[in-house]
Amino acid sequence: MTDPNLVYAYAVLRRTPEAAVAVADLRGVAGDPVHLLEPTDPASPLAFAVGPVPAADYDEAPLKAHLDDLDWLESTVRSHHAVVGALVACGTAVLPLRLATVYPDEDHARQALDTRRAYFLSLLDRLTGHVELGVKIYAAPDITPPEPDTGSGQATPTGLGVGVGRAYLAIRRRRERRNEEAWRTVAQAAVHVTRTAGTLAVDRVAHTPQRGSLAGPAPGTNVGNDAYLVPADRVDAFRTGVLAAAEGIPGLRVEVTGPWAPYSFALQPEPVPGPSSSLL
Amino acid sequence: MTHPAAGGLTGPPRLPSPYDHGPGAQSANLADILERVLDKGVVIAGDIRINLLDIELLTIKLRLLVASVDKAKEMGIDWWEHDPSLSSRAARPERSLADENERLRAEIAALKAADRRPEP
Repeated sequence: MTDPNLVYAYAVLRRTPEAAVAVADLRGVAGDPVHLLEPTDPASPLAFAVGPVPAADYDEAPLKAHLDDLDWLESTVRSHHAVVGALVACGTAVLPLRLATVYPDEDHARQALDTRRAYFLSLLDRLTGHVELGVKIYAAPDITPPEPDTGSGQATPTGLGVGVGRAYLAIRRRRERRNEEAWRTVAQAAVHVTRTAGTLAVDRVAHTPQRGSLAGPAPGTNVGNDAYLVPADRVDAFRTGVLAAAEGIPGLRVEVTGPWAPYSFALQPEPVPGPSSSLL
Repeated sequence: MTHPAAGGLTGPPRLPSPYDHGPGAQSANLADILERVLDKGVVIAGDIRINLLDIELLTIKLRLLVASVDKAKEMGIDWWEHDPSLSSRAARPERSLADENERLRAEIAALKAADRRPEP
């Protein structure tokens, strides 16, 4: 009888007692326990957080089919995220892997861990002591809808033909100028928020602004959707500073999300030149 | 929470985070999670079982797969439409709201560029 299970890897992390405790209670995307997979070399400080998944769901063909199923995808993505989040919550640096990093067996997974030791360590070193925070900027400027300003004192219907046309154009131009101004105010404030966030963070990665109902009830148009790498002990300062930068601006809403596992910063191998010393 | 749920944390939360609130993990914004778990995170190439996923095209593939589901549209998973590298539709102005967004983003970009220039 062949083993019906594949090995799903969630994250790379250091083998610490905290990490061992953190995985002890965890269940993976298929509901099975998660455990730490140790490398071949006992001197290596790394481990994979892995768990078994049924080949019937995670082999190439079934997985491909599943990815077409949005309900399956959502549940799997949330489970993956929950495992990674629980590891982060134990206080250890975590390198989150992308969805569905699946090995045929533990030997193959271990091999991947062994051969990429230096790469993983350099990434972990960079991320240790940091978390990812999201900053979503929404613009909802007070825009006058393109309806005629009926009842406005400016619209004097004295003339016919050319006069009416001119009055209409004047109203339209004023409306456009007002709307331009409203957008500009919000845009400048958005830049200010982004700049402020930048000074409070070590690094920044821009995500595509979110659209559609998936993003939930949005307080306006999402014009900025960035991830920031922030020292773990500066999360409150970051949140407070960013929200303060957005305060009192009509038509501007800012949402700070996280802390997240540093998904958005797990792809850059080059180490960052030390955190800025000029913060605040 | 009496039984270990899939992907759940059964122990007590240790640090504040969006994950370890139990039910809170379920209420986290799906778009926020998807763009991280699907689009970011370490990609290990070469030796994983799922050849489909061990390439850089993972994200695009996943997005296109999701795009093929009608419900994805309903739920608003359509960010690739606005990404020129993923869709030719991104270049086509469709809605005035999209135009407004583009305009604003361009303006922000311009302001940022101006901001980066050293003050005289």
